[in-house]
Amino acid sequence: MIRRRLTLLSLLAGLMMAAGAWPARADALQDIKSKGVLVVGVKADYPPFGYRAPNGDIIGIEPDLARDVAKRLGVKVQFVPVVAANRMQFLEQGKIDLLIATMSDTPDRARVVAIVKPDYYASGYNLMLPKSIRITAWDQLKGKPVCAIQGAFYNKQVAEKFGAQVIAFTGVAEALTAMKQGRCVGFLYDDTAIEGQMLRPEWSAYAMPLPSQDAQPWGLAVRMGEKSFYDFMAKTVADWHKTGLILKLETKYGIPQHSKFAEEMHKKYE
Amino acid sequence: MHGIAAWFRHLHETTGINLTIAYDPFDRARFLHGLLVTLELSVITIVGSVLVGLIGAWLQGARLVWTRRIVQVYIQLFRNTPPLVQMFFFYFGLSSVLPTMKNSFGIQEPLVSGFGWACISLIFFAGAFNVEIFRSGIEAIPSSTIEAAEALGYTRLQTYLNVVLPLATRVCLPALTNNLVNLIKTTTLAYAIAVPELLYVSNQIWSDSVNVPEMMVVLLVIYTALVGLLVAAMKAWERALRRPGLGT
Repeated sequence: MIRRRLTLLSLLAGLMMAAGAWPARADALQDIKSKGVLVVGVKADYPPFGYRAPNGDIIGIEPDLARDVAKRLGVKVQFVPVVAANRMQFLEQGKIDLLIATMSDTPDRARVVAIVKPDYYASGYNLMLPKSIRITAWDQLKGKPVCAIQGAFYNKQVAEKFGAQVIAFTGVAEALTAMKQGRCVGFLYDDTAIEGQMLRPEWSAYAMPLPSQDAQPWGLAVRMGEKSFYDFMAKTVADWHKTGLILKLETKYGIPQHSKFAEEMHKKYE
Repeated sequence: MHGIAAWFRHLHETTGINLTIAYDPFDRARFLHGLLVTLELSVITIVGSVLVGLIGAWLQGARLVWTRRIVQVYIQLFRNTPPLVQMFFFYFGLSSVLPTMKNSFGIQEPLVSGFGWACISLIFFAGAFNVEIFRSGIEAIPSSTIEAAEALGYTRLQTYLNVVLPLATRVCLPALTNNLVNLIKTTTLAYAIAVPELLYVSNQIWSDSVNVPEMMVVLLVIYTALVGLLVAAMKAWERALRRPGLGT
């Protein structure tokens, strides 16, 4: 009996040592500096936050933020395009050092990667409407058809809360075409993505007159356990809010109205 | 009703099996509406496609070569293209060149709704198969039988309605049942043009409540029941039409 306990104890001790040995690797911040390059995961299909210029380079608000981080570290920057389905895995596997990719800060995700506080941006849902349609409040959508994307979490909210009749399609292109053809009064989507769409001249007859709903903060992320890099990024994001860099980038990339979140954070850290 | 809802809520809390359609009134209402839309789609397209099949098979035997060619072109066009592509073509492609109508919100809306296009494309798609199915029945009729009808002074239409069709129907019923079963299952494609049928509402429900496995099971059970009903009806019809000595 005693012998069995001892075996168990030694097994446990072994496990603990193994676990203790796990995080004992080089510090990410030191690694980046010695490599001389910061690898950042960004979106390449989400204008104006991360998209491709005609020459193929990835540009946008988030790549500019990444460049600012690299400048502070005194290293070069390299972009890796990511999508929602692989961005956290890329970070975990070490393919990228830093993730700035329109990711909402949720408790589930914070268990997998270290999401840096404070958050740097926020997005909610909103409605893209033809300028010819006079809708000034969400309540006026009652009984009206609204084009949307299948599976978006806010479809149910808009149907339940405002009584809109949600017509959901599989992709953005289908929903926009249906709206253009007059099958619905407007297009329900992420407010930040609608802003990006409206920068294109073909959507000049459309507007986003209603206030955004249900804003969720966006966080950038580093690998779990990278304490010094995390602290460095937390200071950097606070500094972005303080200097108003995010507000400046919004203007640079043609977003007509500053987001409420960015303005509030600027006031808070100023 | 209240007791049932409470039981399903309890089931969710204790086992994690989350059937929101049983206790959430919003989900239940949209699910039942989805079931209704699927039933409507099925009935309309079954009736429509059988009519298209009957008329097409009749025109295939026409004397004018151009009538026969037009039927052939129709069959090739609709049998050889995927139904999803047809639906997209009608809904997004053809709709944009057809006239529009000003609706109550002051926008120019296409005349034919998503539901309308789903019915039209499914009727044409299944109809093309039905023409060929009825042809197989018609060709099984011995020419001597048709000659006998002609000798009795029947016109071509009279022969088709009174002699050929009753016999041909018996021959092609099993193949027709097959195609109509397929048609019911194909109505799910209408979700792509935002027709709120069963798959569409289920997709929306499982995105909201993350209960994909539960809703999948519900979908499978409902479609098995729907198709089972159709097959039972067709079997009964087959038995009622059976004539000793014809076929098996």
